[in-house]
Amino acid sequence: MNKTVNQKAWFLVLPVLVLVAFSAIIPLMTVVNYSVQDSFGNNEFFWAGLEWFEEMLESERMWAALWRQLAFSAIILAIEIPLGIFVALNMPKSGFWASFCLVLMSLPLLIPWNVVGTIWQIFGRVDIGLLGYTLDAIGIDYNYTQNFYAAWATVIVMDVWHWTSLVALLAYAGLQSIPDAYYQAAKIDQASRWAVFRYIELPKMAGVLMIAILLRFMDSFMIYTEPFVVTGGGPGNSTTFLSIDLVKMALGQFDLGPAAAFSIMYFLVILLISWVFYTVMTNMDKRDGA
Amino acid sequence: MTDTTTSAPGAASIPGRVTDAPVAARRKLPIKGSAVVMGLYLLFLMLPLYWLLNMSLKTNAEILGSLTLWPRDLTFANYETILTDPSWYSGYINSLIYVTMNVAITLTVALPAAYAFSRYHFMGDKHLFFWLLTNRMAPPAVFALPFFQLYSSVQLFDTHIAVALAHCLFNVPLAVWILEGFMRGVPKEIDETAYIDGYSFPRFFVKIFLPLIASGVGVAAFFAFMFSWVELLLSRTLTSVDAKPIAATMTRTQGASGIDWGVLAAAGVLTIVPGALVIWFVRNYIAKGFALGRV
Repeated sequence: MNKTVNQKAWFLVLPVLVLVAFSAIIPLMTVVNYSVQDSFGNNEFFWAGLEWFEEMLESERMWAALWRQLAFSAIILAIEIPLGIFVALNMPKSGFWASFCLVLMSLPLLIPWNVVGTIWQIFGRVDIGLLGYTLDAIGIDYNYTQNFYAAWATVIVMDVWHWTSLVALLAYAGLQSIPDAYYQAAKIDQASRWAVFRYIELPKMAGVLMIAILLRFMDSFMIYTEPFVVTGGGPGNSTTFLSIDLVKMALGQFDLGPAAAFSIMYFLVILLISWVFYTVMTNMDKRDGA
Repeated sequence: MTDTTTSAPGAASIPGRVTDAPVAARRKLPIKGSAVVMGLYLLFLMLPLYWLLNMSLKTNAEILGSLTLWPRDLTFANYETILTDPSWYSGYINSLIYVTMNVAITLTVALPAAYAFSRYHFMGDKHLFFWLLTNRMAPPAVFALPFFQLYSSVQLFDTHIAVALAHCLFNVPLAVWILEGFMRGVPKEIDETAYIDGYSFPRFFVKIFLPLIASGVGVAAFFAFMFSWVELLLSRTLTSVDAKPIAATMTRTQGASGIDWGVLAAAGVLTIVPGALVIWFVRNYIAKGFALGRV
């Protein structure tokens, strides 16, 4: 759509601007403020310059949390994206069963995040949970509060359970937009199933898949509630991801300076990914408009 | 592309035979295979949910006694506990209050903004649109502490409006993006015709434009509702007693010694109900909503 230039449109955007400025800019300025100051209590603050940033960059604790976070995001992406595509390819194309699958698949997406944690906490318990009990019965030593591998496996399977449907739904939406003529042409060419996927379905899904990857990366990068409820960041620190560590630091220990410096670096990473996301989105819009 | 099909049998390569019986027989098999795949996947999704429901209908003695695949001693006592104990059901009421407030605020400010973004170019529009997106992506953990201090300093701590405003951080950008996606589908000629017919902007917006994007408004409202409903970190940080959401009530129960598993499971089931009730109506828009209106 060709838009007209109209500066008065600013008045329509003004309410959003005021509201989001109130809930985004003021808090962010507070964070910036803390990140360059030190306090000895009594609300007295001293200029600390970039001290906190240097401290955080040298902090083993933050790097450990960051690597854990990246490992977690990489693992869940490596599982959820292929699995989501696979599920989307196998979904019914139309009719009652398509709606049926859509509704059941969407269900995990709409569950409050702490309830997702609670569900898996219960499901995985050796004494009362079906999963934990079964694993225990077949002789696997499974205890997500004590065992490093069990904790990671639980957190990952929980995320796959929670979010794979999102990837599948996006891929499904991409598949639905492929005209029938493409498949007919492929049939005439005697294309194999793999060739149809590789040369027709995958290119047509590329845009939505990019969105799916970015969304999953972003959201897994800020994951807090679910692992917090299930493992509480443990055993030890083994499932303490960035957000959990940050909340521990800011609200638990009230280390304002380091926490603020941490927040700002965290936010800059998010900003960078958002920019990639935005570029992908606007390119897709342009292509659709053409 | 034909070079990849060398394995195709000779007879089937004759054009016109592609829809013949052997092919049809071959096509039947993948359909069955896909049903199996979907069946297994849905089973994987439903099993933990079933377990929660199963536990919510058991007595604690049965839960802790032995593992039973379905409630032998069916009881609704857990649900009764929640629906009659104020410390439990007030959590639901608090959640519903701030979620409703949040949806109302979100839609009120997002509708005009989305219209501006979908119809006009103005100074800084692209930067503004991007900046909104970064707020949707902002980690709540970064904002938890500053929000706590901000709302405490304006005397709004532990009120519903504080949580509603805090959730606007990610819901307003989301709603603007979703609504903009729907609005761009409405031809601009409609606006112009309405102005020629003498409609003022507010009257045009309410009488003509809103009905045209009614489904978009519904989807935006649904997602604002959902994301406010599922969020825990901010709502827990900003409340203590008077506006404590159900999600926080649940986590505190877990902290106590001797967890009442049955009641916890029942509370979990009840939080799933609002989403499950409306899911049928938005089933075709779920992907669109999660992808910020861009699918």
